[in-house]
Amino acid sequence: MLGMNKKDTALMIVVAILALGAPILLNPFPTESAMAQFNAGYPDLMQRFAIFGIFAIGFNILFGLTGYLSFGHAAFLGVGSYSVVWMYKLLDYNVIWGLPLAVVTAGAFALLIGYVSLRRSGIYFSILTLAFAQMSFNLAYSVLTPITNGETGLQVYTKDPQVLLGANEANSPHFFGLVMNSSSKIAMGGWEFTFNNGYYFCAVILMVMFYLAIRIFRSPFGMMLRAIKSNNTRMTYTGLNPRPYALAAFVISGMYAGLAGGLMAAMDPLAGAERMQWTASGEVVLMTILGGTGTLIGPVLGAGFIKYFENIFSKINDNILHGWFSFLPDGLEDFVVFIIHPFIGKGWHLTLGILFMLVVIFLPGGLVEGGQRLKKLVTSKKDDSNNTAKTEPAE
Amino acid sequence: MGILEVKDVGKRFGGLQALSDVNLSVKENTVHAIIGPNGAGKSTLLNCLVGKLIPDTGSVMFDGQSVLGRKPYEINQMGISRVFQTPEIFADLSVMENMMIPCFAKRDGAFRMHAIENMHNEKDIVEKAEAMLEDMNMADKKDMHAASMSRGDKRRLEIGMCLAQEPRLLLLDEPTAGMARADTNNTIDLLKQIADERDITIAIIEHDMHVVFSLADRITVLAQGTPLVEDDPQNIRGNPKVREAYLGETG
Repeated sequence: MLGMNKKDTALMIVVAILALGAPILLNPFPTESAMAQFNAGYPDLMQRFAIFGIFAIGFNILFGLTGYLSFGHAAFLGVGSYSVVWMYKLLDYNVIWGLPLAVVTAGAFALLIGYVSLRRSGIYFSILTLAFAQMSFNLAYSVLTPITNGETGLQVYTKDPQVLLGANEANSPHFFGLVMNSSSKIAMGGWEFTFNNGYYFCAVILMVMFYLAIRIFRSPFGMMLRAIKSNNTRMTYTGLNPRPYALAAFVISGMYAGLAGGLMAAMDPLAGAERMQWTASGEVVLMTILGGTGTLIGPVLGAGFIKYFENIFSKINDNILHGWFSFLPDGLEDFVVFIIHPFIGKGWHLTLGILFMLVVIFLPGGLVEGGQRLKKLVTSKKDDSNNTAKTEPAE
Repeated sequence: MGILEVKDVGKRFGGLQALSDVNLSVKENTVHAIIGPNGAGKSTLLNCLVGKLIPDTGSVMFDGQSVLGRKPYEINQMGISRVFQTPEIFADLSVMENMMIPCFAKRDGAFRMHAIENMHNEKDIVEKAEAMLEDMNMADKKDMHAASMSRGDKRRLEIGMCLAQEPRLLLLDEPTAGMARADTNNTIDLLKQIADERDITIAIIEHDMHVVFSLADRITVLAQGTPLVEDDPQNIRGNPKVREAYLGETG
């Protein structure tokens, strides 16, 4: 279907079901139950799942296929956000102007940064991209204040031209009248599901971008990128010039990042320099490795995993812990809370760090490898039971 | 005029004169062996031919065109393919993919952006790669991970990948180094078959005299960075200068 083989079509369908059903699937606990705080089906978080999913899919096209580890992809995220907010300021709140511009400007930036950085490989390439990203961050933060509004962040003011703004037009980002921050809520039994326009806008784009990634992975171009990672020497002595291939991968992943940044501004009409900071670049590396480098679905899973823990663990506080462990004797309860305290709330990074270490040490292929091992375990057990069933009569 | 003409090539690394006054002419459709003791400059000469090194003096002409200053992939596109001492293949890819890449390189040149079409729908490439694997007796290993093959099979695959590009000159750098006797003989048979059946010139650097005398039509002996003699195999065997410089040591 659509130029994909059976396995890829199945994967695409799974992603589509997850993306479209997320508001229900991520809300397994009734609103009133104690477990409700583990629900992830609220618009803000789901939007982040989709946006960072797109960011990670694009990053994986560079890192997963060619092996070039960029530490500066957040720069393109920021460029995308600024482009979209500028279109709000100059034209109107319709995201149709900003998003294509975000992709184009991020692509142009990626071309420039990639052209220079790809003269080196390995750690030197990573350091060059990091340097460019920090330069972009500092430019955005101070030097280019007229364009980026410095540390305040770029936002829309009433005095902005907004030349296309109609009389009845919504006063927040929308897609031809489909207002991003409006939702419809449906209550069913103890559950309440929120269907948000912005989320569905992101989810549809995520599906398109995922489909595009499948096509790239299966194309001759994708194979050439894997060839760069596998053996650059053989590549050169096979009459292929690795540099334009790597540069094309860099630009494509930069465009994905620009789109993700644009979508951030489409959900919330703000753009700040902190979006370009190196921690944001590092985060997408973590997502990709955690999910499974070089796999199609891995980066999306990694993005979801990290964003989920960021939101859920950081929400848990000591009071909630005391509630959980109230069944323990007083002294023991305080002790357990004392032990867990550093891993929750602001300390969620500690939890993430430990999880990341465990995954890298025990599952070098990321969550995808974990899934594969689980599947093997289940199927091999099934085979065993089949075998014994078959051999028993013979005995 | 040979297909490959090396004239007065010299190369110096710091205080070491690795090559000096190297003259070499490889005739079309022959197997030309370059032999010499360790440190004679064989590999340096080879690297000068494929663009990895640029000689300090002299010229290297392939089919009437200079290769000096061109990048390795450009020289390859001119029609020179190289087989390495340790097989250089795409270890993370399948055997079939390994074979498809040189087919793409031959058809599409050094770079082409074909990012949307599925590679398995490229009928001409798939057919050519399958035929090539058939020729190399590897059709049954098509879906194998290239890294999991034996050393001999990796060598076969690498030679097959080079041939898929339909080169006019095939350079081999000690193709049987570190191989067991059986694998060495298989490789000799394969190379003989290639030389007989295909319209191709082969230049081979080799240490193993058995390989050299089984294959070569013409032999150049290199010693201390400069050619000692160039002659037919039977004359090389009896040449006292060669014995002294090289054969004498190994018996």
